[in-house]
Amino acid sequence: MSTVPACAHPAHKDYEGAKLGMWLFLFTEILLFGGLFLLYSAYRARYPLDFHTGGQHLDTFIGVANTVILLTSSLTVAVAISAMQKGNRKLTMVCLGITIVFALAFLVNKYVEWMGEIRRGIYPNGPALLTLPDGEKIFYGLYYSMTGLHGLHVLGGVIALSITLDFVRREKITSTDFNKLENVGLYWHLVDVIWIFLLPLLYLAA
Amino acid sequence: MSTLAQGDPISYRGFLEAGGRRGILSWILSTDHKRIGILYLATMLTLFFAAVTIGVLMRIEQLTLNPPLFAPQTYNAFFTVHGVIMIFMFVLPGASAVFGNFFVPIMIGARDVAFPRLNLLSWYFFLTGALVVILSLFTGNGPPDAGWTFYVPFSLRTGTNIPMGVFGVFLLGFSSILTGLNFVTTVHRLRAPGMNWHRMPLFVWATYATAWVQVLATPVIGITLLLVIAERLFGIGVFDPAKGGDPLLYQHLFWIYSHPAVYIMILPAMGAITEIVPTFAHRTIFGYRAIAYSSIGIAALGSLVWGHHMFTSGMADTANIVFSLFTFLVAVPSAIKVFNWTASLYKGSIELKSPMIFALTFVFLFSIGGLTGLIQGALNINVHLHDTYWIVGHFHYVMFGGTGMGFFAALLYWFPKMFGRMYNERVATIAWFPIFVGFNMLYGGMLVLGYMGMPRRYYTHLPQFHTGHVIASVGGFILAAGLVLLFADLVVALFKGKKAGQNPWGGVTLEWQTPSPPPLENFAEIPTITDRPYIFNPEAAK
Repeated sequence: MSTVPACAHPAHKDYEGAKLGMWLFLFTEILLFGGLFLLYSAYRARYPLDFHTGGQHLDTFIGVANTVILLTSSLTVAVAISAMQKGNRKLTMVCLGITIVFALAFLVNKYVEWMGEIRRGIYPNGPALLTLPDGEKIFYGLYYSMTGLHGLHVLGGVIALSITLDFVRREKITSTDFNKLENVGLYWHLVDVIWIFLLPLLYLAA
Repeated sequence: MSTLAQGDPISYRGFLEAGGRRGILSWILSTDHKRIGILYLATMLTLFFAAVTIGVLMRIEQLTLNPPLFAPQTYNAFFTVHGVIMIFMFVLPGASAVFGNFFVPIMIGARDVAFPRLNLLSWYFFLTGALVVILSLFTGNGPPDAGWTFYVPFSLRTGTNIPMGVFGVFLLGFSSILTGLNFVTTVHRLRAPGMNWHRMPLFVWATYATAWVQVLATPVIGITLLLVIAERLFGIGVFDPAKGGDPLLYQHLFWIYSHPAVYIMILPAMGAITEIVPTFAHRTIFGYRAIAYSSIGIAALGSLVWGHHMFTSGMADTANIVFSLFTFLVAVPSAIKVFNWTASLYKGSIELKSPMIFALTFVFLFSIGGLTGLIQGALNINVHLHDTYWIVGHFHYVMFGGTGMGFFAALLYWFPKMFGRMYNERVATIAWFPIFVGFNMLYGGMLVLGYMGMPRRYYTHLPQFHTGHVIASVGGFILAAGLVLLFADLVVALFKGKKAGQNPWGGVTLEWQTPSPPPLENFAEIPTITDRPYIFNPEAAK
């Protein structure tokens, strides 16, 4: 009947293509945060002193602790990929599990940190924030937008990593077919890299 | 141009019949790039006619001087919704999502796009975004009224349902990004053997350039819209002057995306014109490389001119001068294309079929749009023309006269390929007359009104503008009638058109070497490409 049987061609897998697509997606993520970085630079140039004071009030300890957590989680995800390349499925699953725990720890810290600020009345339209000078209002507005958007990305990472872990468990990701794992790893490194920029811009601005 | 196994006419089944599922599920669950292209086409044309209707209502409002037919607030909602639908749901994604999806894989000799499931997901984002915007009209405190640009601080202060409308546009942006990402990867990875960069049809070049702009510019509007939502819901203050925020920064971020978006809109349409002109002039395209690289040039330069929307906003003079300079520069690659299309006609044997008529209309109207753009790109004249009907007239010449006419030309050109049926050519040609005449009365009238000082977005006008408004309104009605006739012709052809055959126009690119409509997965055997495209006379080319 048909000269073009619908399923004559086995589903082809183009790893190069998948990776190219992932990198393009990472570009869009950088540009998404780029808008915020642009606002940050414009406002920091306008209100240098207020950004200094704002940075002093942030909890640098939690900020640095979270940096250590994220950097280590980048390491564990990299180990997970190497382990998968070598066919060590168990180590991959352990490392992915640790990465997820780190990501959750990051979010818990973030929650503690935000709650601390909110209790002081420092939140958008918060009573304490409204008494501060304009520059500090903007600083905290940006602080909540930037860390909030980043937090959403960490949350997205937790979901993506969990799905990947499940794929490894069900052997949908194997030592010969681990492209998905690599791409999730790339995403997780990006989340890490963005945080590396947020830390000095917000916490070490003082 | 290539060695191709011709489809066996008896045993072949088109993609419209092939596939496992039946009925609506065979569409909304399909990952076939051709079906997804048609899904976009159906959704977009529905939205397009909704927005045309609102446009007609606006022209009715301007017929009456006093008392107004619709309340001022209703008129504000009209121009907002008209703009949002037309820009974000038709002109911007239109030519790329419909014809890019359907024809880019075929033209490069591939079976589908690089990520077929992601492609379907993009359409779902598009549909959801459109539904959210429509929902925003009927919920909250009334439909959005801030104009399609959602300028702060008004969009923060107005009580209407801005957050939801803005969120809908955010979802549409997601759809656009995923489509762009898909096309870039497709062009890089799935070209047929022998299809090197300089053998790609120019429509593919144009869609490729567009896809890069979609990937690189759209996230910026994404974050801007998210910030407007956050501002409305939490009051973070970054755009709110009461809290030290600067509305000008909103304008910058908005136009950093929205100006390149103009080129997302126009480039694929230009690509389609570049396919149509050689087919109906029966000769090769003039200046292949110039057209290909000018697409990239437009995409690159177009990213550096956003400030020309803000000449009266109080930016630094230096910034104004630089943006004005770049605005003049971006006219160069656009003009390169216009000259190449015109030169391609030279010594051709031109056949004035309806796609060609619309393609030439594109060149004519787009030229007016481009030249009026240069007038308002000059700093001193801009102060006079800013926020007048001149601007409205100018961008309708570009967006509608350009992208819109390009879309219609592409639809008429590829319709027989997409559906395997031929529409009534005479009716399509007759429909062109009211469209062309009405268009120039409406938007030409707007240019004159604007030059005389008629401000945009006013629900009423002073008596001295009345004659101009009546001419424009009558033109608008004629234009709308022409559109109805054109699309009635196409809808009839969908059901009753006679079989189109493989190559009704005598085109030479790959899509004309597959049957109409193309089979599932396009090619029985992936073709091998041995020469450049657009060779109409292989003997002479040697």
